[in-house]
Amino acid sequence: MLSLTALFFLAMPLYAAADGGVGVKQVITIATIALAVPAVLGLVWRVVAKGKSVLPVKRPAYLPQGAPFIALKKGYDLALLGGVESDEVEEAQVNTFAVQPPDIVGMSPIPKMLVEVGDVVKAGDPLFFDKRFYRADEPKLMYVAPVSGEVIAINRGEKRAIVEVVILKDKQIQYREMPQIDLEKASREELYTYLHQTGAWSLIRQRPYNTPAHIMDVPRDIFVSTFSTAPLAPDQSVLVRGREELFQKGLDALAKMTDGKVYLGLDGRGLKQPSPAFSEARGVEKYWFSGPHPAGNVGVQIHHIARLKAHEQVWTLGVQEVISLGALFAERRYMAERVVAVTGELVKKPRYVRTYQGANLGELLKDNLDTEKKARIISGDVLSGRGKSTDGFLGFYDEQVTVIEEGDYYELFGWLLPSKLRPTVSQAYLRNWLNKGPYYVDTNTHGERRAFVMTGQYEAMLPMKMLVQPLFKAIVVNDYDEMEGLGVFELVEEDVALCEFACTSKQPLQKILRRGLDMMREQS
Amino acid sequence: MKKEPKLLRFLKRIEPDKKKRPLLHTFYDGMFTFFFTPNEVTALQGVQIRDRIDLKRTMIFVVLALQLSYLLGTYNIGHQHFAALGQYTGLWEGWHLKLVYGLIKLVPLFVVSYAVGLGIEFFMASRKGHSIAEGYLVTGALIPLIMPPDLPLWILALSIVFAVWIGKEAFGGTGMNVFNIALLARAFVFFAYPQSISGDEVWISGIEKVGMAYQGMEYGWIYHLFDGLFRSLGWAEFGSGGQAVADAFTGATPLALAAKGGWEAVTQVPHYSLSHMWWGFIPGSIGETSKPLILAGALFLLVTGIANWRIMVSMFLGAAFMGWIFNLWGATPFMQVPWQYQFFMGGFFFAMAFMATDPVTAAATNTGKWVYGFLIGILGMFIRVVNVAYPEGWMLAILFMNAAAPLIDHLVKRSNIRWRTQKA
Repeated sequence: MLSLTALFFLAMPLYAAADGGVGVKQVITIATIALAVPAVLGLVWRVVAKGKSVLPVKRPAYLPQGAPFIALKKGYDLALLGGVESDEVEEAQVNTFAVQPPDIVGMSPIPKMLVEVGDVVKAGDPLFFDKRFYRADEPKLMYVAPVSGEVIAINRGEKRAIVEVVILKDKQIQYREMPQIDLEKASREELYTYLHQTGAWSLIRQRPYNTPAHIMDVPRDIFVSTFSTAPLAPDQSVLVRGREELFQKGLDALAKMTDGKVYLGLDGRGLKQPSPAFSEARGVEKYWFSGPHPAGNVGVQIHHIARLKAHEQVWTLGVQEVISLGALFAERRYMAERVVAVTGELVKKPRYVRTYQGANLGELLKDNLDTEKKARIISGDVLSGRGKSTDGFLGFYDEQVTVIEEGDYYELFGWLLPSKLRPTVSQAYLRNWLNKGPYYVDTNTHGERRAFVMTGQYEAMLPMKMLVQPLFKAIVVNDYDEMEGLGVFELVEEDVALCEFACTSKQPLQKILRRGLDMMREQS
Repeated sequence: MKKEPKLLRFLKRIEPDKKKRPLLHTFYDGMFTFFFTPNEVTALQGVQIRDRIDLKRTMIFVVLALQLSYLLGTYNIGHQHFAALGQYTGLWEGWHLKLVYGLIKLVPLFVVSYAVGLGIEFFMASRKGHSIAEGYLVTGALIPLIMPPDLPLWILALSIVFAVWIGKEAFGGTGMNVFNIALLARAFVFFAYPQSISGDEVWISGIEKVGMAYQGMEYGWIYHLFDGLFRSLGWAEFGSGGQAVADAFTGATPLALAAKGGWEAVTQVPHYSLSHMWWGFIPGSIGETSKPLILAGALFLLVTGIANWRIMVSMFLGAAFMGWIFNLWGATPFMQVPWQYQFFMGGFFFAMAFMATDPVTAAATNTGKWVYGFLIGILGMFIRVVNVAYPEGWMLAILFMNAAAPLIDHLVKRSNIRWRTQKA
């Protein structure tokens, strides 16, 4: 406001000068200046405020000659406090682990249990299977124990749905020895059946929907993203360290499972050269990506490498899932070891720890948590993760824990004169313009939910050729044809998480998207 | 646990019962969220942190961007009034009189606009049982700026009732409306009470037509109240009013002159120099006249990313293009007005900066915005030049394109769907 008033008084003398009976020429000059100065200022602002989005993207020096390089511009990198500083991986002291059926999209609420409380299991022993999608003659998709030990609890949630199968880990993990299979000679059907029985099939997620793949569907291609751009996300090169051979073995196995190709998305942002496990992987197609979040999301990469069309399926895996798959074929065991990044502003010492799938969060964070503040413990990143308590467990596919402060406070004139510095993708905050982070964050919504008002916000946060807001409106009104036409099947929650963050109207986009995907799935 | 601030404790204590007094509670909720952003936290599933920005701030930024237009609009009401009477013809002469005169005209418009509009919003919000959306913050500030200064308050109130109730609440409230609310209010006045918003008299405040001659109005008690103050300071006073207008007086706006006699007719009037028109010391709707200040507001909106630059740029291009086409055509004097001079007259910039960019009623897709803005530019210029009855077109062009925006979006969606489903 002050600056506006200043501008007014700045303009007045100009007017007076022009008013003194001067000709058209001078007035035109002044008019031109009045138009040109804002235009130039605006351009400078855009370059400064948005930086990378205006200037051309440089190809990093470490890229091999001729390697496909895709520079994305849309999106936003959220810089937060509490990132891991050291690459060292420490051993975590965690004793309880859980497999959580709700982590699996599309799983029936009450899967068929194969164990009871008190049973002793080995790592790789089946715990339960999903009753829903399988005919009697098809092999069941087993969910297996990540560690060996005693089943100490089967926790139920609403409507008696099974939410956690908890295992107390042995000191020394006993592995169930998996049957022999020759990767070179086995038919695809044998391979698929083998994966179902050993539980490794659960590591694979298919697009559309992010559900486990169906045994009858051979994927068109398989995609693995080898870098993540989410806030405070772990460096995949650290996760793969020491397990490079297993990763390659996993890629070899994947190559047998599709008639198409296995695609690897690599980090071409030029910040850090990716591990040779990725850049020198064999038998795969490599694409390099640069750009802000969500450039590291596999969904975005699929869109740019080989777009998913209606009624096609592709598979996606994370790096650590590929390693587990490699271990299955190399060592004939279900190896659920996970390196997890413990991050967030309320973590005393953010670090990488080595543990297993579904580790207990309370034990994972023990003695490493700032207990003075009310904490929100998130399995995953702050955009698409899930809030849990200290009794909760790491999600099935998660490799990151983030702890931030709960934001249940009232802020005086928070909308007008905010006292707290919090991240924003908008340009409406001078303080954020001067301070690009890293930011302290909390879970306050910073405003109330409203109807869709602003337009173009979501499109700016998702580097895909997609009309995001019209798509969401189509979901809201259950317009099935338009949803499909606008490409709802290309998206999963993590892809629109940044849009949801940026939304002025505080709409729950991930929830809406899941509703749309569920609708599509029921139709097909 | 930190102790809560006094204001917060006080506000919490006076919270009315939601069931027994829904209207009061809605009002209370509006006030509470004005003072404090609520302590809502994100759900456990879905995004865990939210962007700082919300709709309140977005809307208030548009209101801020309008402040310069308010400042000059107020002064210009007074300036036009006295200039027409041949008094204080210099820009800063009698500034206190001009300012006070402008305020006396503008403040009631402003108050009525907000009182009526917010009243309806509060009532509807309590009926529907949800909190008050911020849409009317902007609409309420826009409406006085696009009206003539002498508009009777009851007409203003009626137009707002029509626009907010029929134009917005009937569609489901903020975010659901098809037409721009502020323009709908103006269109209501335009069609229901045309004599109060067209013709040569209405754009200069306080000038009455008595018989064939014009004369200034008589100043009422409120002016005399200020006269007392000015007298004590030794400044010039309003007096009793009722003087005859100056010899050179013309109530016609530059556009009205251009429509009749082309650019020559405009430049013949001494106080319609280019600089006067550019800086806005000409008769017109309250907020539309000063181009640099509107552009400053527009720049503010662009820099903060609130308004969409695509619409502004394409609308400018569309209007310039159509102006150029008319130059080539040249059938009437108005068509021959060089296209760049068209921008010095009328409400183009105000419409571009604040009306066409309304995100709810504009096209929602980025491609659609280019088409939408460009067509408004073409259509608005077309109506301005070709319509014999009324030489301005932005209101009608924008309302028409509001109706067409879903169609534009539909075509953009179709093309995206075709692209997605085609065989590679």
